[in-house]
Amino acid sequence: MRGNLLIFRLDWISIFLLLFLISFGWVNIYSTTVGNDLSGPLLDLGTFYGKQLFFAILSLIIVILYSFIPDQFIERFSSVFYLIGIALLLGLFVFGKTIAGATSWYDLGPFNFQPSELMKMIVALALAKYLSDTQVNLRYSAHQGYAVLLLVLPSILVIAQPDPGSALVFFSLFLVLFREGLPLYYLTFVLSFILAFAATLKFGLTYTFIGTIALYLSYLWVKPKQLKTPTWFNISYPVILFAVIASTTWVYNSVFKQHHRDRFSLWLNLETNQDRLLDIKQSIGYNTYQAKQAIASGRWSGKGFLEGTRTKGDFVPAQHSDYIFSSVGEEWGFISSAIVILAFVALLLRFIYLADRQKKAFHRIYGYGITSILFIHFGINIGMVLGMLPTIGIPLPFFSYGGSSLLFFCLMCYIFLKMDANRLKTHFD
Amino acid sequence: MSRFFYSLVIIIVGLLFIGKLVSLQLFYEESNIVESDPAITKNYLYPERGFIYDRNGNLLVGNQPAYDVMVTPREVASLDTLEFLKLLDLEKEEFIDKMARARRYSTRLPSVLVANLSKESYAALQEKLRRFQGFFIRKKSLRDYYTTSAAHVLGYISEVNADDVRRNDYYIPGENIGRTGLERQYEQVLRGKKGVSYVQKDRFNRVIGPYKEGSLDSLPEMGKNIHITIDKTLQEYGERLMNGKRGGIVAIEPKTGEILSMISGPTYDPSLLVGRERSANYTAMYYDSLSRPTWDRSILAQPSPGSPFKALNALVALQEGAINPRTIYTCDEGFYVAGVKRGCHCGGGVRDLNSGLLHSCNAYFAESFRSFYRKFETTTEAHDTWEAHMKSFGLGNFLGTDLPTGAPGRIPSTEFYDRAYGRNRWVSTFVISNAIGQGEVAATPLQLANMTAAIANRGHFITPHLIKEVEGENSIDYKFREKRYTTIDEKHFDPVIKGMEAVYTSGTARFLQVPGIRLAGKTGTVENYTRIDGEKVQLTDHSVFVAFAPVEDPKIAIAVYIEHGYYGNRYAGHIASLMIEKYLKGEITRVDLEKRMLEKTLAKEYAKPTSKKPFEINEYAW
Repeated sequence: MRGNLLIFRLDWISIFLLLFLISFGWVNIYSTTVGNDLSGPLLDLGTFYGKQLFFAILSLIIVILYSFIPDQFIERFSSVFYLIGIALLLGLFVFGKTIAGATSWYDLGPFNFQPSELMKMIVALALAKYLSDTQVNLRYSAHQGYAVLLLVLPSILVIAQPDPGSALVFFSLFLVLFREGLPLYYLTFVLSFILAFAATLKFGLTYTFIGTIALYLSYLWVKPKQLKTPTWFNISYPVILFAVIASTTWVYNSVFKQHHRDRFSLWLNLETNQDRLLDIKQSIGYNTYQAKQAIASGRWSGKGFLEGTRTKGDFVPAQHSDYIFSSVGEEWGFISSAIVILAFVALLLRFIYLADRQKKAFHRIYGYGITSILFIHFGINIGMVLGMLPTIGIPLPFFSYGGSSLLFFCLMCYIFLKMDANRLKTHFD
Repeated sequence: MSRFFYSLVIIIVGLLFIGKLVSLQLFYEESNIVESDPAITKNYLYPERGFIYDRNGNLLVGNQPAYDVMVTPREVASLDTLEFLKLLDLEKEEFIDKMARARRYSTRLPSVLVANLSKESYAALQEKLRRFQGFFIRKKSLRDYYTTSAAHVLGYISEVNADDVRRNDYYIPGENIGRTGLERQYEQVLRGKKGVSYVQKDRFNRVIGPYKEGSLDSLPEMGKNIHITIDKTLQEYGERLMNGKRGGIVAIEPKTGEILSMISGPTYDPSLLVGRERSANYTAMYYDSLSRPTWDRSILAQPSPGSPFKALNALVALQEGAINPRTIYTCDEGFYVAGVKRGCHCGGGVRDLNSGLLHSCNAYFAESFRSFYRKFETTTEAHDTWEAHMKSFGLGNFLGTDLPTGAPGRIPSTEFYDRAYGRNRWVSTFVISNAIGQGEVAATPLQLANMTAAIANRGHFITPHLIKEVEGENSIDYKFREKRYTTIDEKHFDPVIKGMEAVYTSGTARFLQVPGIRLAGKTGTVENYTRIDGEKVQLTDHSVFVAFAPVEDPKIAIAVYIEHGYYGNRYAGHIASLMIEKYLKGEITRVDLEKRMLEKTLAKEYAKPTSKKPFEINEYAW
């Protein structure tokens, strides 16, 4: 029967979007790293684009191999994977290879392997495994604590590398927790601290203080009667919030390092000293400035493939990795850049749709997990390249150069697509 | 939280990004995407500047290559400095200093190590240059002069300044522009059109290849050669005659208005303003405030014209019927103005037009001037008529010649005297000095020559000009071919020209005849004053002379003005007659006269006003 073959049950909309992103991503890696000599073979492992092509093919092979592994395997062993992943992250402290200041890689001869890329997928699996247990209910604080620990443990390990960008990815899995019933006021809790911190920096202590009191009082005024929050929360929330506001200046000046302060001051436009501002713009802001100029100069339809003058001149640092979207903007222009953004949005929405049609909780939660991971990469990376967010080093999935990253993103998505393909079948198992 | 909330967040983020892309890409403020791109550099390819030839096809100005030794500090490998310095003729300290300066400017971009290397050093260096990594030669083009004359006419080129760049977007800093003279006037023709090549650079500003495979590039177009009306031989001869004298000589071919020579004394060798010594030479000349070699007296000096003006006043009086050639006035070795006697050098007696001109009788011209004014109801009417006649000879205003500088001279108008004396408060006696070319009138040597050409042509002239031909263009500007008529009828010229010829045969210039050539001319001796310590002091008269020849078919009209040369034929007359002979015959028969003029200088005369000692003027002693 035709319909019984896996290949016909896969969600081809997702696969089409993935193939588009991967191939267009590779085209841009080629353009940013090829230089002037176009005569070399495409699969030249001495070049960035050659390596990336190799990893694209490797991803395809691994994905095909994975097709023969039953879904139960991955569910059953996800806790083991988690332990292996933690071990790999710990092993970095001993055997890790340092590139650009971060000890995030294992040296495997011709290639480097970045376990944190693998860990993203593993944490999504582990979280799904834990939350899909019928015994677990996120209304209990013990279960809340255990779920949060699953995320925080790898976060601490990657922050220590240091790779705060990847840590942010693990935190994005909080979105899954909220989807699975973690009370929403936690989100309010965290978001309001971040907002209060930024507002204090921007508007000063007094204004933020007055503004916060006004907001809190008006919140109490309009609060719906049926909304019940625990008493400890009602008391501790304002206390902690005001503590955050009061300590902001101290944290900013004493805990933050200068390069953190510079990123914040550039983002929030805090610097008043013109010379210092220029200084920041030329150092921290250089990337963002060059990226924005490169994108802007692409206008409607771009300068054409391999015709991006700033891309050729290597003006945007890290233009083949974190800043690759600048090359898309310059060489392909507004139309193609918007198509890329729309393709990401479509993929994310499709994944949410697929996740919700799963019969098994494990599959649904995993689906939300990888959607959150992809979303945080997409949102932070493009937000950073377009200058809307402070600089945080995090790759753009399927686009940025990086073998481990491409391989595990592909595998991560395919695991989910295979679950989806088998969703009816598993029902009878 | 529901799935719709998650979907909404994703859609909002996507829309925010697209909105940001719209504001970045679709409202990009740079209008020219290629020019504003830091990754693209526009390089210019410079054409050779057009050559300048004289009227007979002799090359006056060409180009010479010059070589700058450039260095890119980053690429310099270890080298045999001893040999290198020997090749460049450079001291060790200087080399170290220049390398340090180059490194300070940029380690990746080339700087000039040694500018304007001579051809010989270049030849020696070129063979061995490949052994010295990081050094290369940049070739450029400098002006090369094939004459030591005509510096003022040719002008010079110099680097553009901030003003030039602002005014004209063709130029960028570091390029040359014609600064004065013909180089400036015909800048657009001579410079050609520079070519462009766009190159792609990386973020270290290193060239990584052509932009768009050179599809936007263009080749330079060479500047056009020009032929000018100057006669190289006559120009050089005139400058030799001006040895040690200050003043101007302008010779014009009356039929065409072509300027045969245009000389200012003192002058300088144009090649002084080229190459390594340019700055020092220019400064030295610029600060020579006594002899002012950079000041072109042939077009900028505006002395009173003196007696040559009498010919013009005679023409005006004839035209208006105030006199006829037989009208006589008596010269009492002077004439009376409002009861005060003013002197005349002519010796006295009864004068008609002919003898008035040949003896240069002040009384005759003062009387005819007065009778001209008497023809009119009011002084204003008379003066306006006089002014119009004068101006029709190209006096009192810019002539419109093809040089960027010039001076208008002065023909005083009614308003001029109204301002000085009050409306209706002056009469002809107030302005009678104009009758003999003194007083308020002023003219440049160029205007005097042009006026003479108009007389030689019997009533018209063609705007004097220097351009003869621009190679590749059909004809010169129409304004240099068009006849400009004076307001005097042709018939009135005959008696005046006859008088001017008599100046040579029996008058003030009777010792200056050129054997075998009929000349017509007029001497001028111009009183002049200066201020020394705030006191008005009279100085030795300027020597002025205008002439044209041959009378029957004028081929040259000339005006010579020698500062403080005393009476008209003493210097100006001699020089004019030598110039005419040289031009018409090609050789000088009066060798003694030539020798005297070449050797005599007026240094003693020029030293008088600044000597701080009392001095005599108008000394006969040579």
